[in-house]
Formats: sequence, C-alpha cells, structure tokens
Amino acid sequence: MSLLELKNVTLKFGGVTAVNELSLSVEEGQVFALVGPNGAGKSTVFNMISRFYTPVTGSIVFDGRDLLTLKPHEVPQLGIARTFQNIELFDRATVLQNLLVGRHRLRKTTLVEEMFFVGRARAQERAHRHAVEEVIDFLDLQPYRNQMIAGLPYGVRKVVELARALSTRPRLLLLDEPASGLSVEETQDMRWWIDDIRRQMGITVLMVEHDMGLVSNVCDRVLALDGGRKLAEGTPAEVQSHPAVIEAYLGTAAVSKTANATGGRV
Amino acid sequence: MRFHFKTTYDQDIRLFPDWWTFGLYAALLAVMLILPWLIDGFFLGEVTNVLIWAVAGLGLMLLTGQTGQVSLGHSAFMALGCYLCVILMEAGVPFVAAFVLCGILTGVLGAIIALPALRLHGVYLAIATLALAILADDLIVILTPWTGGVAGKFTPEMTILGFEINRWANPASWYYLVLIVAVLVALIYRNLLRSPLGRAFAAIRDSEISAQAMGVDVAHTKAVAFGLSCAFTGLGGALMGLYAGAFNNETFNFLLAIQLLMMIVIGGLGFIHGAFLGAIVIAFLPQALSILSDQFGRAMSIPGLEMGVFGMILIAFIILEPMGLYGRWMKIRIWLELFPFARRDMFRRQKSYLKTERLR
Ligand SMILES: Nc1ncnc2c1ncn2[C@@H]1O[C@H](COP(=O)(O)OP(=O)(O)OP(=O)(O)O)[C@@H](O)[C@H]1O
Ligand SMILES: [Mg+2]
Repeated sequence: MSLLELKNVTLKFGGVTAVNELSLSVEEGQVFALVGPNGAGKSTVFNMISRFYTPVTGSIVFDGRDLLTLKPHEVPQLGIARTFQNIELFDRATVLQNLLVGRHRLRKTTLVEEMFFVGRARAQERAHRHAVEEVIDFLDLQPYRNQMIAGLPYGVRKVVELARALSTRPRLLLLDEPASGLSVEETQDMRWWIDDIRRQMGITVLMVEHDMGLVSNVCDRVLALDGGRKLAEGTPAEVQSHPAVIEAYLGTAAVSKTANATGGRV
Repeated sequence: MRFHFKTTYDQDIRLFPDWWTFGLYAALLAVMLILPWLIDGFFLGEVTNVLIWAVAGLGLMLLTGQTGQVSLGHSAFMALGCYLCVILMEAGVPFVAAFVLCGILTGVLGAIIALPALRLHGVYLAIATLALAILADDLIVILTPWTGGVAGKFTPEMTILGFEINRWANPASWYYLVLIVAVLVALIYRNLLRSPLGRAFAAIRDSEISAQAMGVDVAHTKAVAFGLSCAFTGLGGALMGLYAGAFNNETFNFLLAIQLLMMIVIGGLGFIHGAFLGAIVIAFLPQALSILSDQFGRAMSIPGLEMGVFGMILIAFIILEPMGLYGRWMKIRIWLELFPFARRDMFRRQKSYLKTERLR
C-alpha cells in the first residue's frame, strides 16, 4: 500500500481549475518530485494535503487514513510536515524557538503544568531541546541557534524551515521548492540533505522543484503537471524526455530559468 | 560584556540564564521589599498604582504582544474581574479565595466570549472588542441589582488571615498585596514563555498558516490566550477597583482599555518588562503634567490634555521606536556592552521578504 495516495482530485478557484482529476501515489521511502511550469497547480496539491484547501472531488489517503476528514492542525499529528514556497517562519522568534514549535505536536503538558512549570514541564523541555539539537547538528545551524529569524539571510531561512519541519519527526516531508533562490553551493547542500533525510532518517519526501538537475539527482519518481493535469509520470529521465513535457516547457523554460537564477519569483 | 558558555540545556530553560542576572533581579526584589521604609506613603501609593497597571497590562500583553491579537475591550474584563471579586466577597467568600476565583472566572468567561470574536482579524477584532467595552458600561447599569449600577459599589473590608489590608490605615499592606500579585503574574507569564504554549502564541502571531502546519490548533490556542489574558487583566481590574475604594459603571469605561493598549505599546510589545515600563509612564504622566501646568499656569490645564499627550507619545514611539521603551533600553545596553565596537546600523533589520497572501 502506498504511503500517500491521491485519487481523481479536482480543485477549483472560482472559474480556474487549479488541479484537474489528478491521481498520484507516493511509496514509503521514495523521493517523489512534482514538476511543471508556473501556475501548474503544484503548490495547490501541497495545500490540499495540508488541508488548507478542500478538493471538490476525489480522495486523499495517508497511510490508510482519509486526510479529508481532518483539520489542518491535525495533519502533522499523522507525521506529515512541510515547508512553504514563500518561507513562512516565525519572524519575531529565534531559530531555536522556531524549531521548538516544530515539537508542538508532541506536547504532553497541561496548561497548569506550564503555568507553574511543574510536573512534566521541565523534563519535556529538556527532551524537546535534545531532539531539536540533533536537527541543528544535522543541518549545521549551530551559528544561528539564538538569532532572530528577522535578521537572517534568505538561504539560511530556507534551511531553518527545513529544520523546523524535521523537528516534528515526520514520516512524510513536503518540500515546496527547497532550492529556489539558493546559490549553487547551497543547492548542493540541499541535495545531500535530502539524500540523508531519506537514507538515514527513513523519511519519505514529496517535493516541488524547478531545478531539474536537483530533481534528477535525488528523485526516484517524477510527475509532471500542467494546467492542473498530469502530463507524464516516471523516472526523471523518462519524464524529461517525454514529448508532452518538452512541449509544455518550451515556451516557459527560458522564463523560469531566469526567474530561478535571480531568485525573483520566490 | 558577558559571554555565556553554555554547558547544559538547562541554562536556556531555567528562569535566569546566569548568576549575574539572577543577582540583579534578586536585588530588585530586595529593594521592592524594603521600599515602604525608603519612601513615604504618598509615593508608595504611586508605586502600588504602577504595579496594578502592570498586572492589567501583562494580561493584554499576553494577548497582543505575544499572540498578536489586538483587543480594545479589556476594560470590560477589568470590570468583570472587579465586580466578580466584590460580589464574591459580599457573599462571604474570604478575600484571597474571592480574588483567585474572580481571576479564574474572568478567564473562563473571557475565553467563551472570545470564541466567536477570534475568527476576526486585525482591525475587525479591534472593533468587535471595542464594542464589547462600550457594551460593558450599559450592562453594568442593566444589572444594577448585582452591580449597584450608577451608584456603584464600595470596597468591602479586606482581610488576609485576620490581617487587615487597608489603603489608608496601612498603605504598606496594600503595596505588599499588589507586589505579590504582580510577581506571581509575571512569573506565570515567564513560565508560559518557556513552554510549548507560549511558543504556540508567538507562532500564531507570526504566521497562522505555518502554526497550523506545525500542529497548533489556532482557534483553541487563541481562546486559551484570550482566557489567560482576561484572567490577568481581571485580577488587575479587581485590584484597581478595590484600591480606588469605590467604583461604578464609569470607572471601567472604554478609555481605560485604550489606555491599556497604548501603555503596552509604549512599554514594548511582547516583553514582560514592557508592561512595567509602560505602567510607569501611564501612572506618572498625570503627575508630570500637573507639575508642568503649575509651571506654565493656565495654558497647560486643558481638558483631555493627558490623553492627548499620551497619544502623541504613542505616535512618536510607533514611528521612532516600535519596540517601545524596553527595545530602546536593550539597544542602549548592547551599545554599552560592546563599547566602542557598536555600529550604527547594527539594529537595522534585514530586508524582509515578500509573504504570500494567497493562503488566507
Ligand atoms: N488562493 C487562490 N485563489 C485563487 N487562485 C489561486 C489560489 N492559489 C492558487 N491559485 C491559482 O491556481 C493555479 C495553480 O497555482 P499554484 O500556486 O498551485 O501553482 P504552482 O504550480 O505552485 O506554481 P509556481 O511554480 O509559480 O509556484 C494558478 O493559476 C493560481 O493562480
Ligand atoms: Mg508553487
């Protein structure tokens, strides 16, 4: 059984059909990429899995559970974590506090325990801190631990967002354009991290990415979208050489390339 | 400058990061404890007043500074706390029990009232809560059998374990009562900040979307924030009414809520210190103005001058120092610690990146 399964999912914004009869299934342990030109509906797929949007038809099942019965804040409880295309960090908090929010779903203390910092409160804080430090070590965030997000450079914020998602101890990680706006070196780091996330941590990854180099390096399976419809699915090489994909990209490739290089369209 | 060489996580978890900071606050507390011997009854009364404002301010700070929800209706919860406390005392409940109970009840009622209101954002929430504050005035009159309406109520006799708390006979007794409440409320506030709930508040303030993606139940957490906020503000209101000796429907009018909001903005949104610094400004401003009007005579004694000056100070802060007095103080401190290495643009923020509104 697949870990995540979308069946015939359709979502409309007024007259615009952002996602059209889309089916896809992500197997446990895979790194799965969604590619497609701007406005293809990739982020919208993520937002449906996160339950910010509800599809008009179709079903989304994670590990045998129907996601459509859940509220957005219940999704992480199943072990689904995500990053956002337009970095959504907690700006007026430190890196450490951001990562600790990632541990929120594992909160065991009651209001009274926290108000008076008694009972499990202290032990829980130590445990959370320990878990978060492991993520900080993994992603080399030590120098930024106590810095405010508001003062961090773009590339670091991207990494902090990944770290925050990892702090939730997910089974499935949704990455929305993890490498957009990153330098060549930073993109390389991201590639190794995604590899390690899958290999060492055993986390399944579903990502949206425009950088085909990164996609062919780290992904097992790729699905190309255009206008909310599936164009092609298969290994990175198969999808890249698929005629429909080449056609869809012909007009937009140059545009998205410059946008990526300048990091303008983040 | 001090360096923190951290060797255990507990250094970040405990209340004070190092012995130096602990010593500083211990010294402050010691001074506060012997204050009745250092200053006369009048000034002790003023300090008591500052602390009462700070308690109420901490309540609003938790909601506005920490959770990012504006409320212009907190005068209603000050009234609620005050009337509940006095009604309970008149029913024969001992003062301490009545006081704690009025806090809890105000908190619970606040959370229930908040549930529908918290669907609103920003300005709409401010307007809804302002309506609540204006409504409170009428409600108090309508509920005259319990509240005394326009005639108002008087402070019943207050005793703690047989010891009388009386503003006139023994100002120090009131001072100590308020000091204990202020310290306890600040401590609870601080504990929340180092716990998951406090971080969830900040998460909601900065990005509701990603708070949800981290498993924070936004509606529930906002209601809890509102409840705790109302509880603290209710305690502040109870102290304010009891300290005044008599109060009626006009004591807690909506101007009080606006003053409270201005106070925490001037003090520094999101900082415990901000509530205390703001309280100092609000409590001593009338004195400062009356000294000025003595100096300059008639020209200065215009009705509404106090609010006007206060508003101007507020605008100046929003433009020049959005982090409030506490933010200014932190910058001065860092500048001194780094002297002479501080740079001019050190506190300038990185350009912030475009955020999407698409998900709203
Ligand atoms: N909240 C919304 N309201 C209305 N239309 C929307 C909304 N969100 C997305 N859309 C539309 O849905 C379509 C798909 O958008 P989506 O953000 O999923 O694209 P994408 O594949 O992520 O593109 P990009 O590569 O630019 O991120 C677009 O036409 C977009 O304009
Ligand atoms: Mg997108």
